[in-house]
Amino acid sequence: MTRSSFMTRKELIGFLILAAVIFLLLPAMLDSFRLNLFGKYLTYAFVAVGLALCWGAGGILSLGQGVFFGLGGYCMAMFLKLEASTPENTAIQSTPGIPDFMDWNQLTELPVWWQPFYSLPLALLAVLAVPVVFAFIIGFAMFTRRVGGVYFAIITQAFAAILTILIIGQQGYTGGVNGITDLRTLLGWDIRTDEAKTTLYFVNGVLLFAVLLIAQYVRKSKLGRLLIAMRDQEDRVRFSGYNVANFKIFIFCLGAAFAGIGGAMFTLQVGFMSPTLVGIVPSIEMVIFCAVGGRLSILGAVYGALLVNWAKTSFSEAFPELWLLGLGGLFIAVVMFFPNGLAGVWSEQIEPRLTKLSKRSDTATPKRAAERAPAE
Amino acid sequence: MSDETPKKKSTGLSRREVLAGGTALSAALFLPKSLKAADFPTAEINTTGLAVTDDTVTIGILHSVTGTMAISETGSVQAEKLAIDQINAQGGILGRKIEYIQEDGASDWPTFAEKARKLLVNDKVASVMGCWTSASRKAVLPVFEQHNGFLYYPTFYEGLEESPNVIYTGQEATQQIIAGLDWVNQTKGAKSFYLLGSDYIWPRTSNKIARKHIENFMEGCKVVGEEYYPLGHTQFNSVINKIRLRKPDVIYAIVVGGSNVAFYKQLIAAGIDPSAEKPIVLTISVTEDEIRGIGGENIEGAYACMKYFQSLENENNLKFVEEFKKMWGDDIAIGDVTQAAYLGPWLWKAAVEKAGSFDVDKVREASPGIELTTAPEGYVKIHENHHLWSKTRVGRAQADGQYEVVFETAELVEPDPFPEGYQ
Repeated sequence: MTRSSFMTRKELIGFLILAAVIFLLLPAMLDSFRLNLFGKYLTYAFVAVGLALCWGAGGILSLGQGVFFGLGGYCMAMFLKLEASTPENTAIQSTPGIPDFMDWNQLTELPVWWQPFYSLPLALLAVLAVPVVFAFIIGFAMFTRRVGGVYFAIITQAFAAILTILIIGQQGYTGGVNGITDLRTLLGWDIRTDEAKTTLYFVNGVLLFAVLLIAQYVRKSKLGRLLIAMRDQEDRVRFSGYNVANFKIFIFCLGAAFAGIGGAMFTLQVGFMSPTLVGIVPSIEMVIFCAVGGRLSILGAVYGALLVNWAKTSFSEAFPELWLLGLGGLFIAVVMFFPNGLAGVWSEQIEPRLTKLSKRSDTATPKRAAERAPAE
Repeated sequence: MSDETPKKKSTGLSRREVLAGGTALSAALFLPKSLKAADFPTAEINTTGLAVTDDTVTIGILHSVTGTMAISETGSVQAEKLAIDQINAQGGILGRKIEYIQEDGASDWPTFAEKARKLLVNDKVASVMGCWTSASRKAVLPVFEQHNGFLYYPTFYEGLEESPNVIYTGQEATQQIIAGLDWVNQTKGAKSFYLLGSDYIWPRTSNKIARKHIENFMEGCKVVGEEYYPLGHTQFNSVINKIRLRKPDVIYAIVVGGSNVAFYKQLIAAGIDPSAEKPIVLTISVTEDEIRGIGGENIEGAYACMKYFQSLENENNLKFVEEFKKMWGDDIAIGDVTQAAYLGPWLWKAAVEKAGSFDVDKVREASPGIELTTAPEGYVKIHENHHLWSKTRVGRAQADGQYEVVFETAELVEPDPFPEGYQ
């Protein structure tokens, strides 16, 4: 294994297995309704991958990833809402042609900052740019002042709370608690049909792999190694002459961009966006996905997002009044027994045994120590 | 029942509607109490592949039983289960027993949408009793419209909506507001109003309607203040100071959820005792359920404007309260929404039997004009706009957590979800 190689054989196999699960296994096993649910779960995986980079590799624990997920989602929702609010569709309103919630709040014209969202390219740009700019501002303000660790986590949580209150308070402009609902078409393509949802599922999968490859590239690059160095001994990196803040800002912005893409895909899959996805609770849930999957592994993060959400859905269907307890038990068990999450279980328990097995059959394979990163 | 027939209004009810209502009434009278399943072959009464077998029909219950809304929505779930039990005890619908699949919306709007899709697409339920907050309804609405589901929505809400796939068994805003304002003006001589509420669409829309009514339709009356606070807000001292400064005749409060507890306690602490009626406290957001949280002694003397109170003394309601307590224990409070939720399965039963089919399109067609003479709130009837004709009542809160009914409209009030002159 050379240090510069982009992907070891082991990692390649991991990627291929995930690809097989997402593109072959799930579509073959599930009906369109369940597949659509997994499509929704996959949108959370974008956030989890970003978190695996920020938290697992960089040691930056953000409890406000919902902010970026929400911003990306809202940018997409604004475009779709404008497309749905044609004067014909909204003829019943006092001011036809503006989104319904604006009409309910006595707005008589579209606010200026909504105007760019008539254009899909601008909206797509905003899906990436708005979360990144926001992340840059937070990151710049925090990291250049060397705010880190728990303090940073608390501040990001505060941002999640602030943004939720802002969105709810400005309901004439944002749809308030209800969010932006009743989204119908994307450039005339009905996103509500089963076929559209299946198509979106695959688009989701492809985008997720693009994001995973970027994440893999970052981890394997010099930047990735610096991040790990910073996580473990920030001062030594600083004394070696690196500007620690810049690296942190970059990785935080990258995580935000991933979350923004996830948010936009969420809006397309689910058909609405609301402040419940921006606040503290979903932000913490996203951290849980990452923790269950294993914060040190980007693939683990994807599995974590899928598994936790799947468990959430199935528990709540089976035990509508008790499911939260079951889910809580799952999290406690993971934290107590598998501190490195699913990926840790794989690399510490299953993989060594597999290697042992294959060694027995093929003694030529050199023994490879399981890669372990120290716990924070 | 002729004296209960809705009053004809120049803008509202057409002759045709009255006739249609009459037909429905006579049809309902002549329907046998229990219908045999064999008379209704499944293939004929279910042409769209809903979950109907030769002896069962499956519906969905979709409320939050976990999360912040659970405390409010539990009553609705209980009422719906009671209604289903009672209908089954009478032989079910078209000879089929109702089975239900309960899903938890978890106080989370995307979850509501997910579960609604599951109920409609996966479980093929024939109808759904569910949702509570406006946000959850808005989240599931596109799902119901796309998959042609049928939702019975129990909460009093802001109006501005009329979906072919929803029957609104609660009041829209004008039904809850206008009669109450007129009452407080005429019997208490109130002239000035201070509007306040939690910051989301229902309180805002309701206060908008209240303001328009006060300013345009009530002579010599004015609004002296209007303010909103985020959900969960607990510091009301500043607004209470402003209220003391401006001395309104009425505090019109649409504070929801946990904020209520802080609001009423701080009112009393500031020397504004609702029972002194200086000023009068009038609310449309506190039912018997909320009083359990606020504490009867903290809100005693305040007035609430609803369509139902647990203390209503008609035969239907006495029976309803008794059976509700038998099923769910003596230690319960039945609020306005709980009663509205109870109507859902009954209204659906009546519509299915009138249509002679479970098909959503036929049930929808049959729904306008459906009447219930057995409703705990009294007689109700479905309007063409899918809302209910119902009375507006004013109750005065008692220390024991119940309301004493002090006023009710003589006639049923027409639902008007898009009120002209109030937009």
